[in-house]
Amino acid sequence: MLGEGILKGMAETAKNFAGSFVSADRLTTVQYPEQRIPTFENARVFPFLVYDGPDWAAGMRCVACQICEKECPPKCIYIEKSRDKKPDFVGKPQFYPARFDIDISVCMSCQICVEVCPFEAIKMDTEFELATDDRFRGLLLDRQQLAKSNEYYHQIHPTEAGEVDARLDAEKAAAAAKAKVAAQAAAKAAETAKTAPAKPAPPAGGED
Amino acid sequence: MKTVEEIKAAIQAAVPGAGVEFVPNPSPCAQHSLRLTPGRAVEIARFLRDDPELAFDFCSNVTGVDWLDKETSEKVKVKRTVNKTVDGVEQAVEETVEETHKHVEPGYLEAVYHLYSMAKRHGPLVIRMRTVNRTDQVELPSLTPIWRGAEFQEREVFDLYGIVFKGHPDLRRILMWDGFKDYPMRKDYVDPDDYEYEPTAHDAVLKRAQAHQAAAEK
Amino acid sequence: MSVAETKTEKLDGWNRPPTIEPGGEGELLEIAMGPHHPSTHGVFRMDVALDGERVMRLKPVFGYLHRNHEKIAEGAAYLASMPYTDRLDYFCSLSNNWAYALAVEKLVAQAVPERAQYIRVILAELTRIQNHASSIGFLIQEMGASGTPLMYAFREREKILDLFESLTGSRMMCNYMRFGGCRVDVSAAWLDAARKEVAGLPPFVDEFEALLTSNEILMARCQGVGVLKPDLAVNASVTGPLLRASGVNYDIRKVDHYGIYDRFKFRVPLGDHGDVYDRYMVRVLEMRESIRILEQALKDIPAGPIMDPKAKIRGFRPKPGEAYGRVEAPKGELGFYLISDGSPNPYRYRVRPPSLINLTILEDMCLGHNVADVVLIFGSVDIVLGEVDR
Repeated sequence: MLGEGILKGMAETAKNFAGSFVSADRLTTVQYPEQRIPTFENARVFPFLVYDGPDWAAGMRCVACQICEKECPPKCIYIEKSRDKKPDFVGKPQFYPARFDIDISVCMSCQICVEVCPFEAIKMDTEFELATDDRFRGLLLDRQQLAKSNEYYHQIHPTEAGEVDARLDAEKAAAAAKAKVAAQAAAKAAETAKTAPAKPAPPAGGED
Repeated sequence: MKTVEEIKAAIQAAVPGAGVEFVPNPSPCAQHSLRLTPGRAVEIARFLRDDPELAFDFCSNVTGVDWLDKETSEKVKVKRTVNKTVDGVEQAVEETVEETHKHVEPGYLEAVYHLYSMAKRHGPLVIRMRTVNRTDQVELPSLTPIWRGAEFQEREVFDLYGIVFKGHPDLRRILMWDGFKDYPMRKDYVDPDDYEYEPTAHDAVLKRAQAHQAAAEK
Repeated sequence: MSVAETKTEKLDGWNRPPTIEPGGEGELLEIAMGPHHPSTHGVFRMDVALDGERVMRLKPVFGYLHRNHEKIAEGAAYLASMPYTDRLDYFCSLSNNWAYALAVEKLVAQAVPERAQYIRVILAELTRIQNHASSIGFLIQEMGASGTPLMYAFREREKILDLFESLTGSRMMCNYMRFGGCRVDVSAAWLDAARKEVAGLPPFVDEFEALLTSNEILMARCQGVGVLKPDLAVNASVTGPLLRASGVNYDIRKVDHYGIYDRFKFRVPLGDHGDVYDRYMVRVLEMRESIRILEQALKDIPAGPIMDPKAKIRGFRPKPGEAYGRVEAPKGELGFYLISDGSPNPYRYRVRPPSLINLTILEDMCLGHNVADVVLIFGSVDIVLGEVDR
């Protein structure tokens, strides 16, 4: 019969129309911004810099190695290395970024900077409401704007942040163990030097 | 599928006097290719398509490659006689001198075709043709009369590399606009200075920004 | 070269679109459809010459979205091009990722672990389903059925995109695959969510078909329109559902057996007539076959690593050579041709865009039809301008 297919299709739309009154998951519209869908844990928008402890400048994990700057496909990162060094989480003196800018109007949220970073210093944020009326200065984030605490990182990516912390703790423990072994060896060397005064003292560099 | 060498032999048997050169591919995937002399390429292509055993009826991919002039230098020891004053007397002395010879291998443009067979389900066979140079002799025969699928792709190669395909029915620019002059995919292409301000400029972009600023101030 | 000249030029053994004699009197009306026309998916223009309502000539005009992706990639490291491939066909970023990863893996003979292969198949087939569903939605939208089928397709697509986002972090710009594996592992919870989603797909396709397949208006508009003969389709390098709707049995998943597709049981749907309706039908049937593949893949997915331990992320420098790798993307054969000169950047990086090459025969299919049918035929080709212009 001509028109049978159309009627069949209309029955389908009628079913969907009526269904939206009874089934809650057919009502897919969300009244943003009053209502919000929770973001996924893996969601990524723009990068931020992680710092440990209360002070963002002192606790910044970034050591200004500039790998992310080099690997960034649209080249939206700009880093200036510091002249002096500050201790990192292990206590080793490291450089830090004197300037770290990300132009988020150029950034394409690809996450490659996160993947290549050997220091777990740069991670992806989930903040997406970043509209501004200034095309250049408003979308150019400096290191203070980029710095977010490790607690914040735990809040937005709990699983990933937990893994990162475990890895860093292991690194720290290994470094501490290594330092301990080195200290013991140095002490032993000093002792042997004391007991055998005839021998010349070990060079000063060996005690580090 | 026949090996690339066998296909080469088959081409030479079917199209006598056809210039076909085997080009090995050192990569592990071993997709070796055949370089055709442009003069008889259309005949060879027709043979590749119509031969019942080869039956390369599907021209998957057409593209261009730009090979710049290659400058190689080698050091050669040359013997020559030099007039020298030895022990206060001038005499001819034979001496070995090292000279650097510079060769410039002229660059060329290359068109690469990837052929498959839908009937026999084999492939790919890679065929390539090269132009004489990169400047004035950049003509190659079009294979669009054999494979219609090459139509837009040859137009694209013409647009971006500047290879002129003889026998192409509609050789116009395809991606760039009609009034555009240069060929953007060539390795020595310099993009125009329509520099856009970027707050995080560095390296090459920074250099360009500075050059742009200097030019703007003049 | 003017268009009139190209028409008269006869080339042997080759199927140029025929020249049609105008029926009425007076001049042909030349109009530019697009680049801002409601029927064109993106910025695409067709220069059409009309005799009344009949199309006498049609020339597609490209380049409005051209950003020279290939040139950008030749100046960047191999990995840095991966996020750019997402932006080719932005409906199917995961298929694009796979095609590029496959080409690079061919170039350096990189193995891919079992689990990563399964994840790739799952993601590629989910991509295919959402692409086909929304492309049918757009097709019907262009026929004048504003909204309803497209919204049904998008409702389902949204669920699939949620899966993508929860795994890769982004809905469309996934940037997920790497040379030698995938970036993050799928969790058990994700697999359960995917199984649940796949279980809900057959009812969706049934619903979609009940809505459309036997609709008389759709049949009247689509059947016998835009017929593409199989020999012309092969000669014009048409691939994907467009080719199979013309009855040519060529699916790269079956021909190349790339990835692990030879392990799955699935059929290749073929059309008889090569018209718009067949293309619609082939897409619907391909969705059903993709669901079958997904069911098998989600059942057998093994545990194990997702990245080959020998794979390099930083300092990736392939040895000199070249490779061409291709996959069956939802729109056709997507290939990447790479030439390495031993440096960290590819010397030549070429994308074989199925969308662009499938448009070669757009004029042939449209000649003699009405303007309204041009919109329909164009919709049935299923293109994305990001890939056409690159």
